[in-house]
Amino acid sequence: MNKSKTKYVGKNILRFEDERLLNGNGQYTADINFPGMYHVAFLRSEISHGEIISIDLEEAKKLENVYGIFLYDDLKHISPIISKSNMKKYLPTKQHILCKKKIRYLGEPIAVVVAKNRYIAEDAISLINIELKELEPIIDTINASNETKNFVHPSLKTNVILERTFSQGDIKDVNLNELISIKKIFKMGRKTPLAMEPRSYVCDINKRTNELTLYSSTQVPGIIKDAILTYLGINGNQITVIAPDVGGGFGGKASLYMEELIVVAIANKLQTPVKWVSDRYEDLLTTSQGFEEIIEAELLLDEKGNFISLNSNVYGDIGAYSIYPWTAALEPMQVAGFLQGPYKIKNFYSNVKCITSNKPPTGPYRGVGRPAAVFVIESLVDMAARKINMNPSQLRLNNIIRKNEQPYKIGSGIVWDKVGFEECLKKALSLIDYDKIKTTKKWEGVGIATYGELTGIGSKISVAPGMPLNTGSETSILEIDSTGSISATFGIASHGQGLETTLSQVVGDHLGVTPNSIKIKQGNTSLITHGTGTYASRSAALAGGAAIKVSKKARNHILNVASFILNVPKTEIDIEDNLITQKNSNQKLSFPELSRIVYSDMQTLPIKLRKPLIFIESYDPIFGASTTATHIATVKINPETFKIKIKNYVVAEDCGKVINPMIVDGQVQGGVAQGIGAALFEEMKYNENGQLETATLADYLIPNSLDVPEISISHLENFLPNNIGKFKGMGEGGTIGATGAIANAVNDALKHLNIEITELPITPNKLYTLIKNKEKNEF
Amino acid sequence: MSNEIQLKTTVNGIEYDLTVPARLLASDFLRDNLNLTGTHVGCEHGICGSCTIKIDGLTARSCLKFAVQLDGKKVETVESFKKKPETRNILEKFKAHHSLQCGFCTPGFLMIIDELLKSKIKFSENEIREALSGNLCRCTGYENIIKAANEILAHKEIK
Repeated sequence: MNKSKTKYVGKNILRFEDERLLNGNGQYTADINFPGMYHVAFLRSEISHGEIISIDLEEAKKLENVYGIFLYDDLKHISPIISKSNMKKYLPTKQHILCKKKIRYLGEPIAVVVAKNRYIAEDAISLINIELKELEPIIDTINASNETKNFVHPSLKTNVILERTFSQGDIKDVNLNELISIKKIFKMGRKTPLAMEPRSYVCDINKRTNELTLYSSTQVPGIIKDAILTYLGINGNQITVIAPDVGGGFGGKASLYMEELIVVAIANKLQTPVKWVSDRYEDLLTTSQGFEEIIEAELLLDEKGNFISLNSNVYGDIGAYSIYPWTAALEPMQVAGFLQGPYKIKNFYSNVKCITSNKPPTGPYRGVGRPAAVFVIESLVDMAARKINMNPSQLRLNNIIRKNEQPYKIGSGIVWDKVGFEECLKKALSLIDYDKIKTTKKWEGVGIATYGELTGIGSKISVAPGMPLNTGSETSILEIDSTGSISATFGIASHGQGLETTLSQVVGDHLGVTPNSIKIKQGNTSLITHGTGTYASRSAALAGGAAIKVSKKARNHILNVASFILNVPKTEIDIEDNLITQKNSNQKLSFPELSRIVYSDMQTLPIKLRKPLIFIESYDPIFGASTTATHIATVKINPETFKIKIKNYVVAEDCGKVINPMIVDGQVQGGVAQGIGAALFEEMKYNENGQLETATLADYLIPNSLDVPEISISHLENFLPNNIGKFKGMGEGGTIGATGAIANAVNDALKHLNIEITELPITPNKLYTLIKNKEKNEF
Repeated sequence: MSNEIQLKTTVNGIEYDLTVPARLLASDFLRDNLNLTGTHVGCEHGICGSCTIKIDGLTARSCLKFAVQLDGKKVETVESFKKKPETRNILEKFKAHHSLQCGFCTPGFLMIIDELLKSKIKFSENEIREALSGNLCRCTGYENIIKAANEILAHKEIK
């Protein structure tokens, strides 16, 4: 490939996935059926905290076409799920495959019914008589952390299963009397990822070979395959985990689920295919949830607006179990990790507690820790700007870490390198014409959020601290078969990102073939020795890097073979548009011709050049690519209904080299929409009795087509990382910036009332209460 | 437990005459009995719109109907879209505008846009946004769906 230009990377190639997904030929897990397949349904706990006294299955077992009912005792050979970490002071939780005695969250599975179809399985569920003893539910996060008697896991004798302190600098050296303090308690609500496809699993069994195939709506087939060995003792060559078309994930499908193991265990035991498809209620109750933190934070600055110190306590409510494989550390630790944002602050202190409660486990959700961190730091910055009467954009520019100050290590230990913080901020300000759009009008406001994130991370930094899992490398196998057709296999698992298209663009450029002539294979554990999946904004950066390495290796070998066949030096040969040509001549070879000579013609080539055209390369960026974006939103609040309407939204972002601009913009738009949900709508509300008040989509609101404005997006491509391909991850950024930008816009719109919100989501109801309380107090 | 009821219905131009359990949902009937898995089940309580189909030309949530309610009706599912030029055009516009990511909600949006296309009214962008607001998408942020819908509906002839 000519080094200065790319033919496919950077172009809006239309997605290869779309035809099948549009015409109804997509294949999601729920679409997969096998002859003689059994269906399972789960009896789930209707309380949050309690104990099972007795279960009576007699009536249920009598029902026709019920093939079996399994309780904990029937599956106790499956050892408890334990998410390991080598973090100090970490107390792992034990999660039984089904409730043994204790119930720890609403919806926790207690029994599995196997029946002819789902209707009958649910009939049987309704015939199970279960007697429970209710225990006082542990719902309030702070109370849970101080609890001395009532524990989610009594054997741990505490609800705080992990605590860590980050500290840098020494605030004692600073004269506190001369500083201005902005101190608030922030709350980030609990939410659900809510992929439109509910979780689903189908396990098929081949009785001839005794091999199992699990079709799973998972983001991480590789991790699931490894977990099946750990917990079910089934070797990797006896089971294939396939993520077929997956209907969105956003982190909710990136963990191991009990239902997933149970479907495999039952298919194996009964020697018949087994299917479970979650309904929406089950999905809302049991898919790993996101966020839920209380963050006490104080920003100290001097009169000129220089940030001096940032101190915080983070209380992370991680739910009932430390999620596998990411652990309880994943979300709360990264709130502290990214709290300092893109600013120079010498003194940093953060204490983080990961606290169990009687709610479902939290897990990865788009942005992980960063949406809460950005909400807090960016709110503090705007509050400080109001206090010292400085333009918020100027206050940011005063404190932002500039290009010539990088690499820069922030208080939590994260290193910012080659990040255009200042440039993105300035670009966003000019995109929206900030000084012009700033308004003194009541109920109208504008808000900025600028942030840093770490993407496409390599083996030196695990996705969650202390987690014994390699998430830092990606392998690619490129094959050219006897017909000359090209395939490239990866360990990633696309679930809407269009990776079949973008990776073929990368391979196309570096091999010299058209993207549509390449078959990208992914989401299938039998095709690759090791892989994990798609999460943490890693796939384009890591698989893209592996794709370049393997394509270059293949190209070099093809040039050697062609050089022999054409009898010219390889420097005289080019590969473009699927043709291997001798420069300045008519001599050319097609891939099918080359393959015929390599595989079938026993005379032309020496033996060493007749080896199969299979190439394998791994890529590990060791560290990661740090990146940034600035989001600016304007809002208008209806003073009668308190509905918050987003009027304008701009994003200036730095994702390194853009592979497919259309797809990148789509990721930003979708990410921002989820950020709007986190800021204005979405909250899983558990009341003091441990019951979920938002258990339908009529109660748990997500943004619809009237809530999300058109988003103006600008990409900076001049801060390229030191990795192969120069790609940075960008799948989560949209969600990360939106919380802070919208919170600040809302605060700006409330300036005439002297009210500052400190809780997200800020719903009309909460806003009404805030305003009425203020009026009452002032009266 | 379940009574079997006779059902005569036409789905994507094919006539079916069969017996189904009285309690079978229309969405399950299409997906499991007819293997038309292009209709997706996202919530089973009528909110998300992924299961939207057309019954006698009008959109309906198939998760809120029983199969027997399709008796005597003409049903269209997403599988029919590639076969006719005007619906094929909707699919092409969705490709061109990157109006789908995971594709799970997409059939519902296609159905609503087709219904708008066949109605005799001209819609503003805001009216299109309103018409699509009953369907949920989690991936796209709607912008590219609106763009495709605008383009599809801009060229519509008002009789």
